[in-house]
Amino acid sequence: MFKRLDRILGGCLCVLLLSCGLAGAYDYPFADPYVATVVGTPTEYMEVLPAEVPVKFDTLQMFPERDVPGILWNLDELRYSYIRQKDPAPLIFLIAGTGAGFNSPKMQLMQKAFYRAGYHVISISSPTHPNFIVAASTSGVPGHLEEDSADLYKVMQAIWQKHQKKMKVTEFYLTGYSLGAAQSAFIARLDEQEQAFNFRKVLLINPPVSLYNSVLILDEMLEHNIPGGLDNFKAFYQRIVNAFADVYAHGEDVQFNNDFLYRAYEYRKPSSDEPLAALIGTSFRISSENMAFTTDVLTKAGYVVPKNLVLRRHDNVRDYAKVLSRLSFLDYFRGIFVPHFQAQDPSVTEAQLIKTLSLRSLDEYLRNSAKFGLIGNEDDLILLPGEIDYLRDLFGSRATIFPHGGHCGNMAYPDNVSAMVSFFADAKN
Amino acid sequence: MYKSIKHKVRILTIAMAALAVLFASGCSVTPKVDPDIAYEPPKHKAEDYIKETVVYAADVYDPWEGFNRRAYTFNYYFDKFIYLPIVNTYEFITPNYVEKRVSNFVDNVFEFNNFTNNLLQLKLKRTGITLARFLVNTTLGIAGLWDPATDLGMKRQTEDFGQTLGHYGVGDGPYIVLPVFGPSNLRDTTGLVTDAVAFSVAGPPAWVDDDTTTLVFNGVAAVDKRHRESFRYYRSGSPFEYDMIRMLYKSKREIEIAK
Repeated sequence: MFKRLDRILGGCLCVLLLSCGLAGAYDYPFADPYVATVVGTPTEYMEVLPAEVPVKFDTLQMFPERDVPGILWNLDELRYSYIRQKDPAPLIFLIAGTGAGFNSPKMQLMQKAFYRAGYHVISISSPTHPNFIVAASTSGVPGHLEEDSADLYKVMQAIWQKHQKKMKVTEFYLTGYSLGAAQSAFIARLDEQEQAFNFRKVLLINPPVSLYNSVLILDEMLEHNIPGGLDNFKAFYQRIVNAFADVYAHGEDVQFNNDFLYRAYEYRKPSSDEPLAALIGTSFRISSENMAFTTDVLTKAGYVVPKNLVLRRHDNVRDYAKVLSRLSFLDYFRGIFVPHFQAQDPSVTEAQLIKTLSLRSLDEYLRNSAKFGLIGNEDDLILLPGEIDYLRDLFGSRATIFPHGGHCGNMAYPDNVSAMVSFFADAKN
Repeated sequence: MYKSIKHKVRILTIAMAALAVLFASGCSVTPKVDPDIAYEPPKHKAEDYIKETVVYAADVYDPWEGFNRRAYTFNYYFDKFIYLPIVNTYEFITPNYVEKRVSNFVDNVFEFNNFTNNLLQLKLKRTGITLARFLVNTTLGIAGLWDPATDLGMKRQTEDFGQTLGHYGVGDGPYIVLPVFGPSNLRDTTGLVTDAVAFSVAGPPAWVDDDTTTLVFNGVAAVDKRHRESFRYYRSGSPFEYDMIRMLYKSKREIEIAK
């Protein structure tokens, strides 16, 4: 009897000690950056946000004259979303990450958090998303931070033009995650000259430092982690499907919903990070395929489709997908991107271009402008060793760096949501 | 009742015939190559990358691709101009609370198919749970508007005849994009039709035996189904969406059949 009492008391003591010791500590559940990046934040750990918000969808035509080939028929109008507040409030623009649309889960999360905080919200797809390439990219060749940001800036002005009569805006804010964060920095600098918005505050969430370094990391995640190489991708894919089938059949109350990956992970923890890295790489490769194909067809680059072959709406494109599944972002960079810029200016070198694709090219501006804030993770997978230290040095006290979370895995975690929202809330006062 | 079955069979026959005509019309999907034009080979040619010996995840048997791609686009327009406006109106005028009751009601009526298919697969425990769910939800849950069975630990055991066929080793057959219904394959389409016929001949519509009630229920169920389905055609923005969905549909069904 006493023994049991001992145990219970001991247990209570432990809990007490733990809760004291951890007060103020960061309790995001995954210390492994690969798990964090793939699984994200499961519902039970998520910030509770409104289930429904009065979001509206709209489209915009930046290039009504553009001749869009049949296969891209459904992409010629840029889709975006907005939420209006009834009363005067700040307006915040959100820019999506690589390959993501304006309505991706991370964008919806940010949209809800900022709407709840009392702002008007406008969500815009990444310039690497096929819809943006076709409908809003001036060159049709995405990846150039400065040019893409200029396109985004034009889109933001066009959207604002359309809604300014009905939105009572007190001031303008800007934020983005991943690639969208890097673009936010370039947009902010452009805005210093053009002054269309005069952004009061700009928040960068998990930005890459060097775009080039980050895409190399992501390319390798796929190429180095499929057992037997990419020729055996199907076997890898089928193993994942079988594992999911097993989880679905035998797991406790497993359903196809937002938490499926988390349940699957809990049920069958992979013994190494390799399959997780391969999944991150696969997701990035799919974004790259979509982007490269869209650019190839739109600009007639002759990359995987013959230059003078016009693909129609219902043409079979499976072979192009197969070829593209073997081509990395680096292949795109060398096969379309660099030639495009060299055609404009033959003296431009690859090394020069790589240099422009980095926050380091804005070092002085970012270091000295008080309007910036940064949210990052110590273990962000898209950063090379030393790059997080560079960000810490660059932003100093304006940086909030969480101990883990991988690449954007912890964005929905309450501490992160509150860091994101309070950065702007402080500006309001 | 006999007359009504005959009527349904006739409609089904007409629908099948219409489908057959569409298939036979042989819509082409091969990119249109003009023999008079010299095509400049692209930087990365298919023959340099695609290997005979490699199996590709994206390869799903799809001999009717020409029809399927057009049905996929048809569904996009059907959604845009007919289905989604109705669903949006429904969502606008109906409080979430009522929507949830409707979903529960529809699910409860369709427990009939879960019951028959669990039974056909000799999954007796699940058959029992399904029967108990139906009884509890119909009584305690007031005609199925609430779902107390789930709270009592009896989870919904979804099965359809496509899964039953798969359970007994029937392969996918060709991929089919059904007008309105969406991605499917020959096995699952057979399942869909069988379930629908069994449901109307031996299920709740036969018990009620009132054409108007059945018609209203089918309408409500169709709206409720789309209301709960977040998938939207051509929303991914990917130029390879058709191929991706085809691959994912196959895998999703594999996962469901394994249960």
